[in-house]
Amino acid sequence: MGMKQYDAPADLAAALDKTDYIADDGLATAAFLALRMGRPLFLEGDAGVGKTALAQALATVLDATLIRLQCYEGIDASQALYDWDFARQMLHLRAAEADESTQREEVEQELYGRRFLIARPLLQALETTPSVLLIDELDRADDEFEAFLLEVLAESSVTIPELGTIKATTPPLTVITSNRTREVHDALKRRCLYHWVSHPSFDREVEIIRRRLPEVSESLSRQVARAVGTLRQADLLKPPGVAEAIDWAQALHLLGVRELSPENAARSLGAVLKYREDAERVLAGDLDTLLGG
Amino acid sequence: MTAGWMLHYTEKESSVAARGIDEILLGFARMLQVAGIDVTPDRTQSMIAAVGELDVLNQDDVYWAGRLTLCNNPDDLGKYDAGFAAYFEGKEAIPRNPADAPTPRPMTMPVGLNQPQDEQAEEPSDDEDPLPGQASAQEVLRHKDLAELTDSDRRALRRMFELLAPAAATRRSRRYRDSHTGITDAHKSIRSAMRTGGEFTRLERRDRRVRPRKLVIIGDISGSMAPYTDPILRFAHAAVRRNPTSTEVFTLGTRLTRVTRELRLRDPDKALQAAGAAIPDWSGGTQLGEMLRAFLDRWGQRGAARRATVVIFSDGWERGDPDLLGEQMQRLHRLAHTVIWANPHKGHDGYEPLTGGIIAALPSIDHFVAGHSFDSYAELAKVIADA
Repeated sequence: MGMKQYDAPADLAAALDKTDYIADDGLATAAFLALRMGRPLFLEGDAGVGKTALAQALATVLDATLIRLQCYEGIDASQALYDWDFARQMLHLRAAEADESTQREEVEQELYGRRFLIARPLLQALETTPSVLLIDELDRADDEFEAFLLEVLAESSVTIPELGTIKATTPPLTVITSNRTREVHDALKRRCLYHWVSHPSFDREVEIIRRRLPEVSESLSRQVARAVGTLRQADLLKPPGVAEAIDWAQALHLLGVRELSPENAARSLGAVLKYREDAERVLAGDLDTLLGG
Repeated sequence: MTAGWMLHYTEKESSVAARGIDEILLGFARMLQVAGIDVTPDRTQSMIAAVGELDVLNQDDVYWAGRLTLCNNPDDLGKYDAGFAAYFEGKEAIPRNPADAPTPRPMTMPVGLNQPQDEQAEEPSDDEDPLPGQASAQEVLRHKDLAELTDSDRRALRRMFELLAPAAATRRSRRYRDSHTGITDAHKSIRSAMRTGGEFTRLERRDRRVRPRKLVIIGDISGSMAPYTDPILRFAHAAVRRNPTSTEVFTLGTRLTRVTRELRLRDPDKALQAAGAAIPDWSGGTQLGEMLRAFLDRWGQRGAARRATVVIFSDGWERGDPDLLGEQMQRLHRLAHTVIWANPHKGHDGYEPLTGGIIAALPSIDHFVAGHSFDSYAELAKVIADA
């Protein structure tokens, strides 16, 4: 079974919309082209702008399995691609030894069969059709890992010396995210479509909050979106993302707030600002202007 | 889709057919290349393929097809927007965000960076090894203030800077390597036992790998630092050459520029020329606090400065608000492993840290060192290695 295709970015955006992921033109076009051209999608942007959520939404829309590879320092092929289940191999070997009738060559053959192979996310993605492969926070992995990843992505196949080559019937739709803690190598980026994900526009943010939290009133959603927009301009250590906007709206709703005021904003600021310095700076400033009067 | 775009496009329709869409797109790619985006032929091919998947008569589609395939970092986006407007909408190339704008190349580069042609001719004389008798001359040179060098001094020093290999201290990585002494690697031991028919003949061991700590060099290239920018970049080049993947270099004046990529060129003079061309704000003013904030927002906070050894070359001459600088230095200090400040004036007799900038920054500095002579740079390399 191949990957579902769409005729135009707008169709994909409409489908994403049904799963409550509201994509703007750029993101919809990026995902559409990634599907059409069979290229990995490389997403960069501030934390909390919905990079990971896009991969999840795409998996839903495409009826595909989402397979996630979280990168970290020191990750290598045996954690990302495949590994042999040595303990089980050993048990199998011992059992075969106890059984006089088995042939030595037969045992060796069995020992490196598919059932002793543990598929890690990359191999899983190649074997699962259709699938969306999310390679999260690639910038955290070492640069040696990129070269290895490049090989797998370019070929959509893996060669296991003892077993042979495993090739994806339909290559997975790959979404790579990076927080830009370091520059990812050009060779890898060149294979990908590059998209910088920015914070949503005011209208889109209001819609996202409304969609996620239908119980919150429209006017409160608008007030939260406006205040969060102002906070993003306010030179903070960690400017709030969409996730924080949603958290804040929910916190306010749970506190029984109907209208955002300096008092209840101050009380619930912890939902939206995650650094003490940020909270202090905002509280020291004029909360009225933050709320846009 | 805007009506204006349609109009613009239909007017040209006949010529579009004649020249072909591809040619128009190729021209666009060439223009972006000139504007400073790293457009490679395969990227251009990708753009043409992407446009093919979309609606070529739709301005937004063409915009996104190009942006997704030709840009590869956020710094490209401003240049792309300006280029797109100029090429397809016939607008003046006024970028939306002036900070990202391609600026005309500087005419006034610091001495030594922009080598005059005649100096190239003299180049062979550089290759002669200094005679033993010159040792004392070299010794003098080591301590001479870099601001007072003659051209021949500078040529002699160029070599010495190449030999300087500043490298940050090492740290233990999360990655393992084979070892004879570390902890037992059960996994690998079983794997090797498999080879001998399930018999354990030896225990495999592993240990943590040792990696160099990240090194970030930030050079102030404002007017007051002009005599020192050449040595700073040479020092940075030597550091990048030593550990290309764990060293980052930025310059700041009125703008923040990342020059790591340029400094990776092997030849120091070519690398410096490339860096010189990339830096748009030579010898302007400084807003240290403002620029440091830009660095922390765009790089430091995300990880470039985390657990890194950070070296700032500056005289601390702050035109902006010293409080802001103090605040940003505190932020940097919280992120970094060690903060080193090299100030050329510190090497001068009777220097006292009195300028507002330095006073604000001092509490967040781990090592405050001089940076006026070659000797002080060699000293700095040691401080970096021990940090």
